[in-house]
Amino acid sequence: MHRSVARVVPLTPGVELESKLALSEFLLASTDLEASSRQSLDWLVANANIRQALVALNEPSHPNLLLIAAHGVSANAAADFNVTRDETEHPLLQAMARPEPTFFDHASSIRSPIDTQLYHVVPLRADPGGACQGALVVSSSGPELPADVLWVARVLAKQVDRLISRQTLAETRFGEERMLLYSIINAVTDPILLTDTEGKLIIANTHAEKLFAAPEDASEGWRRAVALNNMLFSAALSTSAVTQTDLARRELLLVDPLEGSDLLFELLSSRAKDERQGTYVVSILRNITDLAHAREEIEESYRTLRVAQAEVRDERHRLDLIIDSVVDPILVTDQEGDIVLMNEPAERLFNVPASSGEAPQRRVRANGANLTSFVSNVLTRTGEQRYRGEIPFSDPQTGRLLPVEAVAGTILSEQGELVWVVTILHDLTEAIEKGRLYEQLKFASAELERKVQEATAELAQQNELLRRQHIALEQASALKSQFLANMSHEFRTPLNAILGYTHMLLHGVTGTVTDPQRKSLSRIDSNSRHLLALINDILDITRIEAGRMPLNLSSFQIPDLVHEVMSELEPIIRRSNLTVTTRMKGKLPIVKSDRQKVKQIVLNFLSNALKFTPQGSVTIGMSYDKSERCVAILVRDTGLGIPLEAQSKVFEDFRQIDSSPARGYGGAGLGLSICRRLAQMLGGTIKLVSAVGAGSTFTLKLPARPPRR
Amino acid sequence: MVEPSGPLVLVVEDYQDAREMYAAYLQFSGFRVAEATNGVEAIEKTVELIPDIILMDLALPKMDGWEATRRLKMDERTRHIPVVALTGHALAGHAEGARLAGCDSFVTKPCLPDALVAEIQRMLASRKAESGGGRRPARQTGRKET
Repeated sequence: MHRSVARVVPLTPGVELESKLALSEFLLASTDLEASSRQSLDWLVANANIRQALVALNEPSHPNLLLIAAHGVSANAAADFNVTRDETEHPLLQAMARPEPTFFDHASSIRSPIDTQLYHVVPLRADPGGACQGALVVSSSGPELPADVLWVARVLAKQVDRLISRQTLAETRFGEERMLLYSIINAVTDPILLTDTEGKLIIANTHAEKLFAAPEDASEGWRRAVALNNMLFSAALSTSAVTQTDLARRELLLVDPLEGSDLLFELLSSRAKDERQGTYVVSILRNITDLAHAREEIEESYRTLRVAQAEVRDERHRLDLIIDSVVDPILVTDQEGDIVLMNEPAERLFNVPASSGEAPQRRVRANGANLTSFVSNVLTRTGEQRYRGEIPFSDPQTGRLLPVEAVAGTILSEQGELVWVVTILHDLTEAIEKGRLYEQLKFASAELERKVQEATAELAQQNELLRRQHIALEQASALKSQFLANMSHEFRTPLNAILGYTHMLLHGVTGTVTDPQRKSLSRIDSNSRHLLALINDILDITRIEAGRMPLNLSSFQIPDLVHEVMSELEPIIRRSNLTVTTRMKGKLPIVKSDRQKVKQIVLNFLSNALKFTPQGSVTIGMSYDKSERCVAILVRDTGLGIPLEAQSKVFEDFRQIDSSPARGYGGAGLGLSICRRLAQMLGGTIKLVSAVGAGSTFTLKLPARPPRR
Repeated sequence: MVEPSGPLVLVVEDYQDAREMYAAYLQFSGFRVAEATNGVEAIEKTVELIPDIILMDLALPKMDGWEATRRLKMDERTRHIPVVALTGHALAGHAEGARLAGCDSFVTKPCLPDALVAEIQRMLASRKAESGGGRRPARQTGRKET
């Protein structure tokens, strides 16, 4: 804190004595301390070049110093003037404790009570050394204190001393209420001004001061803005004065002195009359700059909203179309279970025209109740996003039960609160019908399977029957073969005797025989041999058919075998006058087969050829086919030939094409059929190529190695 | 008919016509012949006469040819005598059965007398070669069939 004792400036010679007298008179006449103080301050302003000043009272009955008058002091500073008398350390109180005035400058640690940085605090004492009853605070341009100020302080101190004892409590309270009023006005965020009718400022609250008053150190722009604002305000007031309305409301455009931006205010001004101070105007400015902005924004957002609304409507329309096109009923319900939205299929379940009968209405109610209980189930399951269940619905119109599977999903708000429940109903009728059909199909399939099994069993039974019949047949066949074998044996015993005795007679064992006798005996002999050949053939066939003809395999040369056959038939060849030749193509391998049976076949071929060829030649050919590993033995004659239609028959049992010329040679006609059977046993084949008059060729084809059994 | 003086052949055959036919032809061919009509008789005759060779029909009453042959081949006295089996059963198995019973040779009926004689002569010749001597059979005098 910087403090210095004020130097008293001598009385200005220019100050007229008269004005001092006027003040003195006023003070003498006045019983109002406040008015006295104000009058003193006005005198100082008028005569001592003082701009700001205040008078504070130090009244023992009050805890605070009381501000009773101020001039040129901002409402803010006045409201903030709050010094407790207990604060003995407060510079103001300390200054008041001194006998002489104190000068405060920039170094002061307290805020100036009168806004200016340089000021004097003059204690008010009625008598020197008496109690300080208050203080006069005046602005100053320097440490020099004008003498007029001291004079005013002296007369004011006397007045205070005179009046303070008469000061009523009510008056003191009035001052307090004034302070409260200041506080209230300041607390209002809107600028409030009290002016005279010309717009001259009397009281302004803090917010108004910002617009209409510039501090001393304000910038040029600030001052200019404030001047402009004052001008605009006065103009606005004067137009209202012309209209003379009690309450004028108009818009006022001002400049923010700090920001430089435009501020739009609504100006509310009303006239008030005061007996002492005449007519004045109270103005309240409401900042509607933001409001204007807000209105623009509201208009903009309204427009946007309209567009969005239209979009939403379109979207909603599309959504409705989509939802309605879904075959399954879809429902949206709120937390209470009331239906918020549903598609057309759902409507069919839950809505019927009022005109429809009692039964549909009842069913619709039942459906609704079922849905509600389902949704309440969903709501109790808070943890799950999906809920699946079956709801027993019925068709409102027909009453048919609809087995329905319901899938519900919950829609949560951003705060996680359940907002809606979406339920999709799926008609299970088709699925159940499919299931039923599937069951039928399964049943039919099982039935079919059973029938197939039955048929299979029957088939197996019949197969078994056939197998048994086959065995029976085989047994019968075996019996037949056995019978034939036995019979041929029985035939041969007497035949043996016939042949034997004929033989003995012909050999003269019983004496010489005559030529006619010999001729007869020869006939007996040849017919007996024929009969024996027949019996032997039958025996062969029965043996083959009974499977009792064993194969005796050995390795041998085909040419050797052919020559052996030729030499055995040598007598017949010689008698026949036929040319019999052999022809061998290439080299023949050693053959492994049943020699006896091969020989029997070749013998048969050759004897047949000799039998049925009246003239010409017989050729025996031998060859080997490497690729097939087969030897071929063919017997070609220039004989009668066999007609095509008879060619297959020659291999049948007991067949001869023409019996007459061959009978002399014997043979039962079983030869070729036996040959074919033997060839089959050996894995070979017999082939016949023949034409009538062009001779015949019989070919035996035989594997060089026996086939594997 | 020439008085037989050759080797003794025992012809065992139940069918009289055949038995006598073979006997006649064998005698005609220079053999001495004894006859039996069944297996039992065949054993008795063999033990009694000790023939040089036996012609044995297999199908015989009382005791069949297989059994008779088996017994003869088990008898020390008669074991050496060759047995030629004679059967009308040409079915497989008969020959094997005959061989198992001890028959030395096998001839299938019908068998012409000269073929039978040839077989008997062949058997006797091989037996003689084995024993290295003994009585020579008479030369066959029967004519060969052409």
